[in-house]
Amino acid sequence: MKSKSKVLSTPYTIWAIGFIIIPLIMVLYYAFTEKDGSFSVSYVAAISDPTNFKALMLSIVLSLISTIICLLLAYPLAMILASSGVDRSGFIVFIFILPMWMNFLLRTLAWQTLLEKTGVINSVLKYLHLGQINIINTPYAIVLGMVYNFLPFMVLPIYNILAKIDKNVLNAARDLGANEFQVFLRITFPLSIPGVISGITMVFVPALTTFVISDLLGGSKILLIGNVIEQEFKQTNNWHAGSGLSFVLMIFIVVSMLITNKYDKEGGAVL
Amino acid sequence: MSKRLIELSNISKSFDGQLVIDELDLYIRENEFITLLGPSGCGKTTTLRMIGGFETPDKGTIYFDGRDITNMPANKRQVNTVFQKYALFSHMTIAENIAFGLKLKKKSKSYIDDKIKYALKLVNLDGYENRMPDSLSGGQQQRIAIARAIVNEPKVLLLDEPLGALDLKLRQDMQYELIRLKNELGITFIYVTHDQEEALTMSDTIVVMNQGYIQQIGTPEDIYNEPQNAFVADFIGDSNIISAVMIEDKLVEILGAKFECVDTGFGNMKPVDAVIRPEDIDLLEPGKGSLDGVVTHIIFKGVHYEMEVTTPDGFEWLVHSTDMFPVGTKVSIHVDPFDIQIMNKPESEDEEAIPIEE
Repeated sequence: MKSKSKVLSTPYTIWAIGFIIIPLIMVLYYAFTEKDGSFSVSYVAAISDPTNFKALMLSIVLSLISTIICLLLAYPLAMILASSGVDRSGFIVFIFILPMWMNFLLRTLAWQTLLEKTGVINSVLKYLHLGQINIINTPYAIVLGMVYNFLPFMVLPIYNILAKIDKNVLNAARDLGANEFQVFLRITFPLSIPGVISGITMVFVPALTTFVISDLLGGSKILLIGNVIEQEFKQTNNWHAGSGLSFVLMIFIVVSMLITNKYDKEGGAVL
Repeated sequence: MSKRLIELSNISKSFDGQLVIDELDLYIRENEFITLLGPSGCGKTTTLRMIGGFETPDKGTIYFDGRDITNMPANKRQVNTVFQKYALFSHMTIAENIAFGLKLKKKSKSYIDDKIKYALKLVNLDGYENRMPDSLSGGQQQRIAIARAIVNEPKVLLLDEPLGALDLKLRQDMQYELIRLKNELGITFIYVTHDQEEALTMSDTIVVMNQGYIQQIGTPEDIYNEPQNAFVADFIGDSNIISAVMIEDKLVEILGAKFECVDTGFGNMKPVDAVIRPEDIDLLEPGKGSLDGVVTHIIFKGVHYEMEVTTPDGFEWLVHSTDMFPVGTKVSIHVDPFDIQIMNKPESEDEEAIPIEE
């Protein structure tokens, strides 16, 4: 039995070593060395450079806002889905997942076309003699892109956990005198926290590290930390600087996940 | 008898066009241990859920202490429910679970603490205040669910197959526990189960239900000894249900042999069903009883032997006896007059005995 499970786990071990552990070691190596190979912390410390620090802060703020908006949109939706019948909720979930089958880049490009000054939305508004919206190349467009792209990742974990709550547990709370609001506050929401935590993780982390959304919807004016790292790798060709900033970002994500998990009594399987 | 506390009047309920309860009338007395008994799908749980406030009847009225509570939400009713799968709040400690209802009622902390102590003592789980529900066994969780309900001092405790998930030994222990609780608390228990033994052991009154209709209401003794139709006779314990003809008052012809009985008022030469419990059949030497037969099957059941006696017409009688008669023994069947229960033939499908699945 034991040797069999060992054999079966070999591909994953190879995968983990080849595609997770070795790349991580390489990032660490580049982050803490100079071009000549000598040890240095200057690239990690580069985060305190005003441009980089501003980009990191902006990334944090925008991802936080996006995560909060996603949570506010996703929770009621997940509740509606979980309370409606299996057939209907299956269909609605399908509708929500449908856009995910399309390429992420294409979806974001579509928003670019929609939001442009002479784009689809403004053309329609103009035709209707309504005001124009000019949010392309602003943080608003980036938040919109993040929310649009990451919303399903918030809906699904919350929906999954809500659907699993035994209806009789809610009935028991009503039975003991709780009104609908108290049932939500004391039973439904606390029981759904592991799902909320997974949702937050699955939205916040990709939003924090994205460079595509800010590239396409923020123009070149708005730099997020993801864009800075991308530039270090692709334009400046400075792998040491890129790795240094990546390392800082990684540490930041790990710490924020630890903090989130601390608030999750049940210890939902996030990290 | 004490006064009627709950009254269901002309209740109907259907789910997805399927009628689950059909014009049901039922009243429940104060301080009664009443059991709704029936096979799955008979409407017993739905009836309980309507009393608890988790379902609303399509038609009819539910009265509680004289007041119409048909459309009153569950959180306003003076009843508490113990659910089949415990339904404990897994994110709270045992103490928080028990305190849930009391906190909502804004009781003082010392009152709540006293109540938690009292309730845990009542269900023999002192000292479990700070445990989490998941760390308890099924039987312990069920007792916490009961504790959580009774601290609210309901007038009626609803129990929806609370012992269904427990193993046999634990179930028997819990039956005694529930009877003790009922007596200590002095409140009304409405109990739902499909287990006839459980119903017979614990109840003051049993309501036998099938296909949305009440088949019989009575004390456990009534239900067992004088079933009103084939369904009740078959569902409550083992029985021989035999097509018979009532020749006249106190004389019935069963499988060609005449038996004396105590039933009257069925008319002369009227086709009826006769119910004879297997333990009420005496096996005598051939020719000495009413009907001769041969033992064709025997199983040892511990307390008694379970035998099949085949009579010449081919009917297989189920007989329980502490005496053993080996297969092939020629015997004669004798039944005392008061052990024969005569019933009218079923008038509708729900009154028929359930076909035995083999």
